[in-house]
Amino acid sequence: MSTHDITVTINGAATSASVESRRSLADFLRHDVGLVGTHIGCEQGACGACTVLIGGRSVRSCIMFAVQADGAEIQTVESLAPGAEMHPLQEAFRRHQGLQCGFCTPGMLLRSLELINDNPNLTAEEAREGISSNMCRCTGYQYIVDAVLDAAAEMRAEEG
Amino acid sequence: MTVPEVRQHPEHLEWVGKSIPRVEDPKFLRGRGNYIDDYEVPNMLEVAVARSTMAHAKILSIDTSAAEAVPGVVAIVTSENVTDHVNPMPDFGPSPDKHTWYCLAVDKVRYMGEGVAVVAATSRAIAEDAAELIEVEYEPLEPLTDMLAALTDDAPLIHEALESNVPFHRKFAFGDVDGDFAAADVIVRDTLWWGRSGGQPLETVGAVADYDSATGMMTIHVNSMSFTHFLFLLANTLRVPSNKLDLQPHPSGGSFGAKFFEVKTATIAAMMARVTGRPVKFMQDRLDNIANGDHHGSDRYYEVELAAKSDGTLLSTRYKVVDNYGAYIQFGVGQHGNSLAQAVGPYRMSSIGYDLTAVLTNKCQQGAYRGFGSEVGNWILERMVDLMAAELDMDPFEIRRMNFIQPDQFPYFIPTGNVYDSGDYEAVLKKTMELSDYKGWRKRQAEMRAEGRHIGIGVCTCQERSVFSATEFWFWFDEPVAAPVTSAPESVTLKVDAMGAVTATLYSNASWGNSPETMVAQFAAEELGVKPEDVSVVYAGSNQGMPATGPGGSRFTIMVGGAVEGAAQSIRAKAAKIAAHLLEANEDDLVWEDGGFAVRGSPDQRKELAEIALAAHMFKHSLPEEIETGLEASHVQDHPYTTMPNPERTNLGVFYPFVGHASHVVVVEVDPETGRVEFLDYTAVHDCGTVVNPRSVGGQVIGGTVQGLGSTLFEEFLYDEDGVLRTPSFAEYLIPSALDSPTLRVGHNETPSPYTPYGVKGGGEAGRMMAPSAICAAIDDALGIRIRRLPATPERIVEMVDAKD
Repeated sequence: MSTHDITVTINGAATSASVESRRSLADFLRHDVGLVGTHIGCEQGACGACTVLIGGRSVRSCIMFAVQADGAEIQTVESLAPGAEMHPLQEAFRRHQGLQCGFCTPGMLLRSLELINDNPNLTAEEAREGISSNMCRCTGYQYIVDAVLDAAAEMRAEEG
Repeated sequence: MTVPEVRQHPEHLEWVGKSIPRVEDPKFLRGRGNYIDDYEVPNMLEVAVARSTMAHAKILSIDTSAAEAVPGVVAIVTSENVTDHVNPMPDFGPSPDKHTWYCLAVDKVRYMGEGVAVVAATSRAIAEDAAELIEVEYEPLEPLTDMLAALTDDAPLIHEALESNVPFHRKFAFGDVDGDFAAADVIVRDTLWWGRSGGQPLETVGAVADYDSATGMMTIHVNSMSFTHFLFLLANTLRVPSNKLDLQPHPSGGSFGAKFFEVKTATIAAMMARVTGRPVKFMQDRLDNIANGDHHGSDRYYEVELAAKSDGTLLSTRYKVVDNYGAYIQFGVGQHGNSLAQAVGPYRMSSIGYDLTAVLTNKCQQGAYRGFGSEVGNWILERMVDLMAAELDMDPFEIRRMNFIQPDQFPYFIPTGNVYDSGDYEAVLKKTMELSDYKGWRKRQAEMRAEGRHIGIGVCTCQERSVFSATEFWFWFDEPVAAPVTSAPESVTLKVDAMGAVTATLYSNASWGNSPETMVAQFAAEELGVKPEDVSVVYAGSNQGMPATGPGGSRFTIMVGGAVEGAAQSIRAKAAKIAAHLLEANEDDLVWEDGGFAVRGSPDQRKELAEIALAAHMFKHSLPEEIETGLEASHVQDHPYTTMPNPERTNLGVFYPFVGHASHVVVVEVDPETGRVEFLDYTAVHDCGTVVNPRSVGGQVIGGTVQGLGSTLFEEFLYDEDGVLRTPSFAEYLIPSALDSPTLRVGHNETPSPYTPYGVKGGGEAGRMMAPSAICAAIDDALGIRIRRLPATPERIVEMVDAKD
């Protein structure tokens, strides 16, 4: 199996690695880098549990090869709360109980961050449509929508 | 056992009833859930399963030579030698010897996707490469997926030893069914089909097994198997002594029943760990989970008759049920015990006839899915009540209301023998009508219809039985008494350390989307006067464990509440002795308040729990002789209220006694051209007794409703007549997205149970047990059709509209 040398920036830190051609970005992040917050639900690009941000855009890391990410800036859920404090988005998910089993949550958080960055004034309908890219089997989505709207308001206030 | 005493619930509660943020959430929000696939150990192998490409075939030969030659492959076990390594899988009967089940197919394959070989290799990718190189020679047999065809004389046999495809058939009569039907003015009849859907949690099932040949200890890290007091069954499968099996629980990315007692994944990992002498991980992929996960839900055909008086008084229901269990039958017909636990719904009916035929076919076998069969019973009954309302030209709300069991009739024994502990169904219905603005919607519906829009309103009033006793499993055995009464226990240990900090140890499966840590923290806080966020919650492995049954049948919150209550009582009793000594007071003069003991009438003379704990841990020799060091107590909560079936099985006894209730009102707009269903409004009012955490219960109700919506409109494990699984991925097996899902108004009515701590009843399966009934009624109302088969996909809705025209 041929390998390729890649250099990526993950959560702000430059990382070099040699990866098999067929290594998915999700497997690379989870097993080679040890960032297990990126979850694998279907490996077919359907469920969105593996969502990460590349250059601020959400991608399905289970159907992207690690070699395709060469040179990219990757953001995973671990970037949201590097210290004791959680990100306003995480706090909002907690307040509203926008999670149950927690498995879709990292992908849902990153997709929500992208949505809020794109449109800090998003409506409930826009939030619902926005997260429809990602499956959640527990919550029925309603408290996630509540959390996204509340987080957007918090983040707007912080931006001042 | 006798009827439990009626409890006096405390009037003031500090923590129970508050929507505190969940204890579980910070780790999940940070992506540090410690799910099973996050767990890796040095020298670990991974496995892949080679799956049958045929639905029904004899295995003639298996050639693994090419697979063995792949660099990195360490060991392969196939159908031909699996019985050298393991015993059959646990099977709750009846007659497990007639439909024996191993972790890989033996002699023949019985469904597409059944495992025929397992490869252990240095990586999952290599294991998959090798699995693809395994060559299996099959002799095809006639495939059989249609449950009614399976009953015919010339049907192929799935299990030759059974000599038919019917592992169970029995006709039950509870009460005077014939008499009630003879007394009826009106009888409505229908045939109904419930398609098989399943939990499909986003995380599949996984296990990491490690066998220590020096000690003989088999340790398996799992995200499944809550029935820890039944683990001796798995020990038997693995051929290890029961005291040499240790299961270490990991949080699970959803279950909904699908991981309740999923044992095959752990069995395969453990078998390969012993074969290779190295730690082995088996993580199902999505195809494993859909095709070979042993957890498809009910798959039923019904012929039903409902008898009533001309004024709408319901008398009796007669069911003829055929259930397509697939290739094996791991939980027996437990899914029908669940239906029978609440067979009359919330209505006064004096008899039930139930003719049950379980059938085996070339599909993956059934397991558990949120409701465990009772959600199907609810849908059938509500479909029939709607049919009766139409027959009698009655309002669907009125026919329900007039038949409700009344608040002063509880505890109410239904004809099958189960008891409903308490309820106030009319209060729930009234609240639902108000919250949904039902009358306003009827007015708007008329206006919108005048514009040519297809608007429908549907209602349901359904039960949610909670807290099973395994005694219900005994009803299908022919012996008069198959086994004595079984308690389905749950345990907790509470420890107050020297600093007064509280740790709660749980003994069943870790969190799987319910809120076990939050529940225990709220109960422990209530009982010991601490803050929920200060309670540390940990899970014990099964080998150091206590009896536990885990989440399932909406039991966990109630049972763990009783366990915490019992353990806290022991801690307070010991603390009282120590406090009396420290305060030089008589123990009888002490009162427990605000997390400490005070002398009655002298509130300044008090000792906090932390002070007492310090003395208990550090100063034994200053305390009365009989006090041992430490402040820790465990409690096993046994099922509080269960009785045996009678020998004739005309009464199944009490086995699901704490019975919640809910009413949903749904407003839909349906496009008759495309079959698309749009939700305009959705209201759900639930009564699960005392609510421990309203936001969490709300989340369960909403999530459960959306799963019910999936089973109603999209989701089905579809096999064609050749036994080919047509829905092997999320591209075909359609889970509701945010855009498919309504925004709910959720209301709670609280009728506390007289028999449980704080009056809590189960709520975890709610939503899925109600939504199908209300949604179908709404679609019927919108289009003037009658849905008789689920899922009611757009295609089927259009067909019904076309058939009507």
